[in-house]
Amino acid sequence: MNNLNIAKTIKNTSAPFDVEKFRKDFPILNEQVRGKPLVYLDNAATSQKPKQVIEILDAYYRETNSNIHRGVHTLSEKATAIYEKVRGKVKEFINADTTKEIVFVRGATEGINLVAQSFGRNTLKAGDEIIITELEHHSNIVPWQILSEQTGATLKYIPINDAGELILEEYEELLSVKTRIVAVGHISNALGTINPIKTIIDKAHAVGAKVIVDGAQAVPHIQVDIKELDCDFYVFSGHKLFGPTGIGVLYGKEAILESMPPYQGGGDMIQTVSMEKSTYNAIPYKFEAGTPHIAGVVGLGAAIDYVNELGLETAAQYEIELLDYADEQASQVSGLNFIGTAKNKTSILSFTLDGIHPHDIGTILDGEGVAIRAGHHCAMPVMERFNIPATARASFAFYNTRHEIDALIQAIDKCQKVFN
Amino acid sequence: MSKGIQLMFDIKDLYQEVIVDHNRSPRNFGKLENADTTLEGFNPLCGDKLTLYLKTDSGKINDIAFDGSGCAISVASASLMTDAMKGKSLDEAEILFNEFHNLVTTDDDYDADSLGKLAALAGVKDYPARVKCASLCWHTLHSALQGNNTPVKTE
Repeated sequence: MNNLNIAKTIKNTSAPFDVEKFRKDFPILNEQVRGKPLVYLDNAATSQKPKQVIEILDAYYRETNSNIHRGVHTLSEKATAIYEKVRGKVKEFINADTTKEIVFVRGATEGINLVAQSFGRNTLKAGDEIIITELEHHSNIVPWQILSEQTGATLKYIPINDAGELILEEYEELLSVKTRIVAVGHISNALGTINPIKTIIDKAHAVGAKVIVDGAQAVPHIQVDIKELDCDFYVFSGHKLFGPTGIGVLYGKEAILESMPPYQGGGDMIQTVSMEKSTYNAIPYKFEAGTPHIAGVVGLGAAIDYVNELGLETAAQYEIELLDYADEQASQVSGLNFIGTAKNKTSILSFTLDGIHPHDIGTILDGEGVAIRAGHHCAMPVMERFNIPATARASFAFYNTRHEIDALIQAIDKCQKVFN
Repeated sequence: MSKGIQLMFDIKDLYQEVIVDHNRSPRNFGKLENADTTLEGFNPLCGDKLTLYLKTDSGKINDIAFDGSGCAISVASASLMTDAMKGKSLDEAEILFNEFHNLVTTDDDYDADSLGKLAALAGVKDYPARVKCASLCWHTLHSALQGNNTPVKTE
């Protein structure tokens, strides 16, 4: 799983990345914040939306809005067709086997909770073990803590080293026949570390455990290939992939999804309902109770079209160059400490400044029009590991520029001037 | 600061000299031995934490101190508050609590004389996300003076 190498190969053969051309697709990038041009460096929290996504949402509500899978009228048939077409796009995008394996959910968080409560709760028992990592976002910690309480399973953590990389030797020590589930983030939201998930998946399978990968941070930066990874579940959110909020995807292997009971009951997930008993719909519909976020799915489809057009590998190469430039500039700022220095990382510059709390950094940067995240990034165990309450995190997308990184560095300089 | 559209924005309106100074060298910082009231305040979203120590006698705050960690706004606010509260009666403390609350949450005119250096925190109201940083210590004090002993959380 090394798209970085693929991207590096492309670098030598393709034209320079035309960032200005792509920036024109994102209307919000023309906004001003506190009288300064917006420099949006909070892409790991959520990405901005191209006009192709914004316009299709508008068109959907103006021209096609209708409920799906139940009407016989024209609009309902149209809406259903668009909705199911996007399922096909998602399947292609992550290279899954069949659309039956693509379940629409609210986001990565709901996908993980679905797997914990449907798959986990019905297969785990006291004494079984779940392995996660110290790098995880709370959304890939708390559902497993809840599941452990419910089933009596034990939760174990793969530790990280000072660079913010998983210590794989420790992972091998933790693995045993008791391991039922391994849940791991593809890319760390707090530090940007790209985890060696192919290795993690293979080792888990060797002891008979199932693997769920939280791909929320990965899909905007790496072309995911489910067949190559061979993970059992993969989740991601549309809003980090330049699509709408409130829509996400759970990929699950067909045979496993078949074996799982429903997560929620309601309309659309049933075959028949009588007063006594209901029979359930086939996958993936069994897991899509109630009217889904149809417009969100339509928007997600447009976002996938957009990144396909863009070419994720080309964009990834540009982002690596951008991160290299940011690292280089930031390393010249005295009193700046990098948090997370993994060899294999992407698009995230997490840092602290001596004597200045990250929240003050966030506010002062905002005054310069620079939007970053300051805080624990919903990854409190990571903060604990580095013995800090919070970091300032600049996270990049393909539409960011070197000029914006200069603005970031100037704003950091301003922080230091305010406090010294 | 005047009402209406703010044409020129200056970060120094928030991080005034007084605030930077009280952050760098917080007053009344450290544990107060023989405190009769000790209460914790916690801001779960940012992780700001403080412990407030109080010595009260005959309806008066005889001594007050704090320790903990947080951003410049929260540390400076606690430093300025403890300075302002020393020697105040409980009634005066309640009045000052309300005045401070108005200062950081409303555009209402404030009494610069009675607030003194605390007026330096007026800039916080232009940063809704930071109001809780400035008010954490105040809510903790308010709660302590009301005789509550459960840790205070701001959201």
